[in-house]
Amino acid sequence: MKLYELTITEARKGLQEKKFSSRELTSACLERMKAIEPKVHAFVTFTEEQALEQAQKADFLIESGDVRPLLGVPISIKDNFCTNGVRTTASSNVLRNFVPPYDATVVRRVTEAGAISLGKTNMDAFAHGSSTEASDFGPTRNPWNIERLPGGSSGGAAASVAADEAIAAVGSETAGSIRQPAAWCGVVGLKPTYGRVSRYGVIAMASSLDSPGPITKSVEDAALMLEVLAGHDPMDATTSPLPPKAYRKLLKEKRENLTIGISDDYFNGVDPEIVAAVQKSLQEFERLGHKVKKIKLFDPQYAIAVYTILQRSEVSSNLARYDGIRYGFGREAFGEEAQRRIMLGTYSLSAGYYDAYYAKAQKVRTLIVEDFAKAFEEVDVVIGPTSPSTALPVGSSKDHPMFGEISDVLVEPSTIAGLPGISMCCGFSSELLPISMQIIGPYFIEDLILNLAYQYEQVTDWSNRKPNL
Amino acid sequence: MSNDIATTAYELVIGLEVHVELSTASKMFCRCSSDYFGQEPNTHTCPVCLGLPGALPVPNAKAIEGCIMIGLALNCEIALFSQFDRKHYYYPDLPKGYQISQYQHPFCAKGYIMLSNDKKIRIRRVHMEEDTGKLMHQDLDGRAVSLIDFNRSGVPLVEIVTEPDFENAEQVKEYLQKLQQIIRYLGVAAANPDKGEMRFEPNISVRKPGQTSLPDYKVEVKNINSFSFVERAINYELKRQSSILERGETPIQETRGWDEKRHITLGQRTKEEAMDYRYFPEPDIPPFQWQPEQIDALRKTLPELADAKKARFIQSYHITDYDAELLTRERGLADFFEETVKVGQQQGVEPKTIANVIINKKVDIDTTVPAELIKDIVVSRKIEAIDETALQAIVSEAITSNPKAVEDYKKGKTNAVMFLVGACMRQLKGKATPERVKELLVARLDAM
Repeated sequence: MKLYELTITEARKGLQEKKFSSRELTSACLERMKAIEPKVHAFVTFTEEQALEQAQKADFLIESGDVRPLLGVPISIKDNFCTNGVRTTASSNVLRNFVPPYDATVVRRVTEAGAISLGKTNMDAFAHGSSTEASDFGPTRNPWNIERLPGGSSGGAAASVAADEAIAAVGSETAGSIRQPAAWCGVVGLKPTYGRVSRYGVIAMASSLDSPGPITKSVEDAALMLEVLAGHDPMDATTSPLPPKAYRKLLKEKRENLTIGISDDYFNGVDPEIVAAVQKSLQEFERLGHKVKKIKLFDPQYAIAVYTILQRSEVSSNLARYDGIRYGFGREAFGEEAQRRIMLGTYSLSAGYYDAYYAKAQKVRTLIVEDFAKAFEEVDVVIGPTSPSTALPVGSSKDHPMFGEISDVLVEPSTIAGLPGISMCCGFSSELLPISMQIIGPYFIEDLILNLAYQYEQVTDWSNRKPNL
Repeated sequence: MSNDIATTAYELVIGLEVHVELSTASKMFCRCSSDYFGQEPNTHTCPVCLGLPGALPVPNAKAIEGCIMIGLALNCEIALFSQFDRKHYYYPDLPKGYQISQYQHPFCAKGYIMLSNDKKIRIRRVHMEEDTGKLMHQDLDGRAVSLIDFNRSGVPLVEIVTEPDFENAEQVKEYLQKLQQIIRYLGVAAANPDKGEMRFEPNISVRKPGQTSLPDYKVEVKNINSFSFVERAINYELKRQSSILERGETPIQETRGWDEKRHITLGQRTKEEAMDYRYFPEPDIPPFQWQPEQIDALRKTLPELADAKKARFIQSYHITDYDAELLTRERGLADFFEETVKVGQQQGVEPKTIANVIINKKVDIDTTVPAELIKDIVVSRKIEAIDETALQAIVSEAITSNPKAVEDYKKGKTNAVMFLVGACMRQLKGKATPERVKELLVARLDAM
């Protein structure tokens, strides 16, 4: 097994047991990047020198007995997280020369946990999209088939992990931006509860929805990453004061006889191969001693309308600061998608339209929150497909302004409600593309969905498969 | 002048928006120092108040407390549910493209201030927002440039909005003086208009006397930084609008700017160009849900305000309305007076004497301690004591040459002693206080 193929858990073990150094591990990842990047294009900025320096420091710390959770582990960071002294563009021309003078809280946390940053990963510009085709720096390709899209907006992050360039990745989700690319790239993507992980320093897309989270090779890695990322941040007033849990420890506790909810509307219009794979997974859960129960959730189609209004409104506000006076580029540098969203959001917040659009969408949002609350009185978690399709061909998002909303239809309701969800591989299509399911849980119960995902991972071997690059 | 004829034929309807910068140590949504006055440009800044990508606002609890204290002092209802909203507009000194303000749910609403003659000015709302940066238009290497200083960006601002209850500029001036006094008494802001810590935007319209409905237009005047300019701007608008109405036209609804050199207002923006601020709830800051106990606890920390203090001074210290008014104008002076009274009590010095000394001698309360002032008063009395014999002689003379007054006093008309005091004072020519002379006279008369 190559060093770059390791999970965080495996890499940590090897590092602590002195089987290899962080410098060796980091170099292995950097070489892998050199070989793979021309095909995949997961990164927009490389921080090779900084990575090797950090690796050297990590080796010194390991030598002195330091055991912090990510010590010496090379990871990638999505380019919407501000990194002090390292260019941060959100893959947009508007910020193509922007070098932040500060670190996002999440960046500070992974750095303090000892992680090595390999570079910044590609995304749809300002996270507007679900394909990574809307990047101003060119699309990222899916490692399983480079004629396919990786999904988005954290497409670079998911591809960097699936292609074994990075051991793990930090991504962010507004609606699907972690889970959908993780699904299309066959890796684990965890979207924590809104407010569980700090947004400070994350270039805002839709502030009331944005949730940073990990993309990893295994469920255990996701639990470890969440331990590092989660917690109250005095710099983000929307973070929860609830203390984070010992997710890794809780992962291995025996949770039996859980009730899994499924809603028919989450299987409508979904690729039959995906439906079949998810149904097979549900049988697996039954074999593990859990019950599957049919429930009725709102048709996810409603969530599309709500999400579109709220997100466009917040986008139009959040992008107002790029007024052409600072950062070097004017508003004409916004791509087509950003321009469209700004116009729609400006409209829905305008006098005379606010009540019909924004205010109404907020009301429906409350109904969706209540709908899930009701469901969680009956069931412990909800399981369904993550995406209605497997990875679509490069070029699919072009001329489809609602591409993202349609491909994220199954993650939008839980996003609007602010619930946590995890996506993991549960099969492969006839075209050898990953198929993924998602497990959605109640607020701040990340430990439960991680535990179930871990149980499934232990009895299946989907996550051991590697793309042939 | 035709203007003068016109003005008497119309009456003013004025509402007022006042912005006050709070003097908290840090800014509204970050930890930068809010003390920007006279500082090197862009030295009190951070990602938050520069509005950098990814930065988030965290509200300053002390500032919110200050805003609610102002609301309480202005007799407002304090909303138990409150939130911040984003107010969007483009201007180079506004780094986020929106200002964090309050729209639907301000912290305080429905208060009032009582002016003299029982004129009530209703307060519509008191809300919290952030200040903007400052533009500096100047010459740089021969080029005319506009530079931005973000030191002021994010400084806490409280906006106090009245109903259109003012009928003239004098009422506006009295209101502003009272408001400034209340805010200074609370200690939440310095409120110096010349430093931009207090800014005024009157909404002015005029109507025929007897008309009870509001005029169907109003003119907002901006950029005013002194009480007297507010007065001038109002009176200027009265003339300008009256003459328009006199011509049979209606003034247009617009925003005008005060030109402080020419003392006139100039049109800036008409109703058609009015901005749509696209307010919506600030998603970066969770709404506030206060418990009634929290508000009550704040209410208990409210200091005694000028009006109450003045009434108490008259009641407990037997000083004149005029003296009490002067002594309570500023909280520092009132506190100094009371402390001095306390010290004076032990030395037998009357509050009235202390009030006289403080007011007439213009005592500098920053450099004088109360005990010192009392010592000075006592010493000045001892100087009189040296001349005791002369004083006693004058008192004796007054008694012997005014038998009628003495007789009256003996009959129980104690006021008659004042006649004798007057007689003595004429001889003394200010060498002793009337209180002292009265003391001596009463002692002698009572012994007779």
